[in-house]
Amino acid sequence: MACGNNCTCDGDDSRRNFLKSSVATITTGLIGGSLLNSLVSCKNSSKSEGEKVNVLTHDGKLVAVDKSQVANFKPHISEEDVRKGIPGKKFVMVIDLAKCDGCGKCTKACNKMHYLPSNKEWIEVLEMQDSPDAAPYYFPKPCYHCDNPPCTKVCPVDATFKREDGIVAIDVDRCIGCRFCMAACPYSVRLFNWTEPVNPGFIETTPAAENVFQSKKGCVEKCDFCPHMAREGKLPACVTGCPMNAIWFGDANEDAVTCYDGTTTKLSQLLEDGAAYRFMEELGTEPRVYYLPPTNRIYDAKEIKIDNADSEK
Amino acid sequence: MEKLNPEIRNQIENELLTTVGRRYRQETFWVIFLALICVGGTVAWIIQLQKGLGVTAMRDYVSWGLYISLLFFFVGVSLIGAMISVVLRMSGATWRYPLIRIAEAITLSAIFFAGFMPVLDMGRPERLYFLITHGRIQSPILWDVITIATYFIGSVIYFYLPLIPDLAIMRDKLTHAPKWRQKLWRWMAVGWENNLQQRRLLKKAMFILGIVILPVAISVHTISAWLIAFTLRPGWDSTIMGPYFVFGALMAGTAIMILIITKLRHGYRLEHYLTPTHFNNLAKILLALTAFYLYLNINKYGVPAFKMAKEERFLLNDLFYGNHAFLFWFTQLVGLVIPIVLLSSKKIRHNIKATVAVAVMVLLGALINRFIIVVPNMLHPFVPIQHAQPGFASYNPTLIEWTITASSLAGFVLLIILLFKPFPVITMWEVIEGVEKHKEKEMGVEEFNHIQNNPGHAN
Repeated sequence: MACGNNCTCDGDDSRRNFLKSSVATITTGLIGGSLLNSLVSCKNSSKSEGEKVNVLTHDGKLVAVDKSQVANFKPHISEEDVRKGIPGKKFVMVIDLAKCDGCGKCTKACNKMHYLPSNKEWIEVLEMQDSPDAAPYYFPKPCYHCDNPPCTKVCPVDATFKREDGIVAIDVDRCIGCRFCMAACPYSVRLFNWTEPVNPGFIETTPAAENVFQSKKGCVEKCDFCPHMAREGKLPACVTGCPMNAIWFGDANEDAVTCYDGTTTKLSQLLEDGAAYRFMEELGTEPRVYYLPPTNRIYDAKEIKIDNADSEK
Repeated sequence: MEKLNPEIRNQIENELLTTVGRRYRQETFWVIFLALICVGGTVAWIIQLQKGLGVTAMRDYVSWGLYISLLFFFVGVSLIGAMISVVLRMSGATWRYPLIRIAEAITLSAIFFAGFMPVLDMGRPERLYFLITHGRIQSPILWDVITIATYFIGSVIYFYLPLIPDLAIMRDKLTHAPKWRQKLWRWMAVGWENNLQQRRLLKKAMFILGIVILPVAISVHTISAWLIAFTLRPGWDSTIMGPYFVFGALMAGTAIMILIITKLRHGYRLEHYLTPTHFNNLAKILLALTAFYLYLNINKYGVPAFKMAKEERFLLNDLFYGNHAFLFWFTQLVGLVIPIVLLSSKKIRHNIKATVAVAVMVLLGALINRFIIVVPNMLHPFVPIQHAQPGFASYNPTLIEWTITASSLAGFVLLIILLFKPFPVITMWEVIEGVEKHKEKEMGVEEFNHIQNNPGHAN
């Protein structure tokens, strides 16, 4: 989108830069405010002579403070922030089926991150075979965070909702456990806490939908795209857990996705070159997860054994 | 229209009032028996509340089970009130008069339990009030809550309005009843004097309410059907679900109606009022409904079976010759085909015992059919079930679930009995008025001059 002036700049870029800079200002403002308080409260006690950093206070002064004061700062995330999502982002995932060797490390990393027992899988690695003549392949299945989500449409209390950053989240403090969303999800992604889950025993201050530990008896849970990591600019657990570089995660607005080894690539290029597709596109759910077809697999696909409870025997 | 001989009028009133407040041995037995089942169910429910839904056999694949099947069953049965009171009224079927209160009692009890089943199924029932504080009107569950509540209130009013003249009769006649009862009747009869203006008002109110309640009744069950039709799952993702549920419901309700009126006929000695004519007519309705429901079933299963699209194929194979084949063919053969054949015979329709037997078959088929609609579909999702933990890829309800299910059904019958206790089972004034307007034969009741042998009565 051009801005209409005679200048040569790219409209999109300038808007993005503007967004970035305004976010930065707000953040410094916040830091300044909270720092002032802490400076007042520990005027004399702070004697540690560490590395100094310069911060801008809200009244425009540049102050040098100890770095340890800043490192502990975490912006407060309100209920509203969580329901809105991370501003300016549109999260997207790409799974390269040619690279996935079914090792299940993504599941393990995810379970570790979210304190899930081994019988729960937010990202499940299935063995798929499209036709008897085609070789099978491994198929990691996270939540697809659909843009036309069948699950959020049916929720009677807004406990599961679509955020502006593309994430379909669950608020377990709101969920009444009717399980309509589970019936509505065509991908069988949602899990229910039939019994009391084992609590890891720590207290989280963020609103429930961005908690690390989201299991609550009588409530639904599922893959949440790790929004708590995204807030810190980090990748979800499954991506950092996949040594095959099969899972890419990023922001569609930036048109960039990153995988395990830190390679960042252009999303549109990746989808185009890889002939990407989305799972069961015909349902019209508009998933935010893309698959690259399992061509030129880097492992022996013939060894995959398929264990379907529901097959044509 | 001629005025009914006061003696016959008196006779009808006395006869119908005998059941009020009177204890019957068989009835007492049933009340205690059903209440005991309900106590068992309450204990099971408390266990479920404490331990969570893990005590059921529902798991992540089959996340809805017996409770939701029963929800669909109860919502369905509740349609019978609207059918008997409104549809038969509009079609001018005079034989409906003795059946109206019975049908409304079944409706009230069914819709009460229909409202209760989702609470049993909820993971966090203590958050029920979130539906009001955080309700999202876009969700079909909210629509269901609203229609069920509306239908419940409408049914209570529809139960009460025709009761007013009867309460006045009780107030005037049963002067030996305990003081508090007389007081209650006087209060509930709201000064009914049976004058022309009051009658006109009452009729008008019942007519308007009847018109309003019919679409509400249909919407209640249609929205229940939408709970599953709004999903993308194979088998559920179908436009036939609304009518499929509504007609299956009318069928089940008619079968229950037949069963309840046999019990009342013998238990309360109402042979003069609930006659073979009623059984025959209800059996004819049941015949029409089973035939139509079979037609809907052929559409629902036959059309996808011809195409055998990939995902539907797994489900249909399961139903036609897989794990659920026995239950599926039971609902189709014992629940539909055999009843249709049997009910086509006049001999069977005129035989009360045979009609009741057929009604039992239809009812069993309808109950199992709810299960067939809910559970097998959940076992055949789009994404193949792999590496399933034990108990996840199948559904065998636990004792807790069976107990709660049994006690809900017991509670449903118990509530009907309790609704019959304080009031006459049959609307006295409507029967009297019906006899005045039409011949007894048209209403299906016995001719009263035979009973009374009164020469003064023209009929």
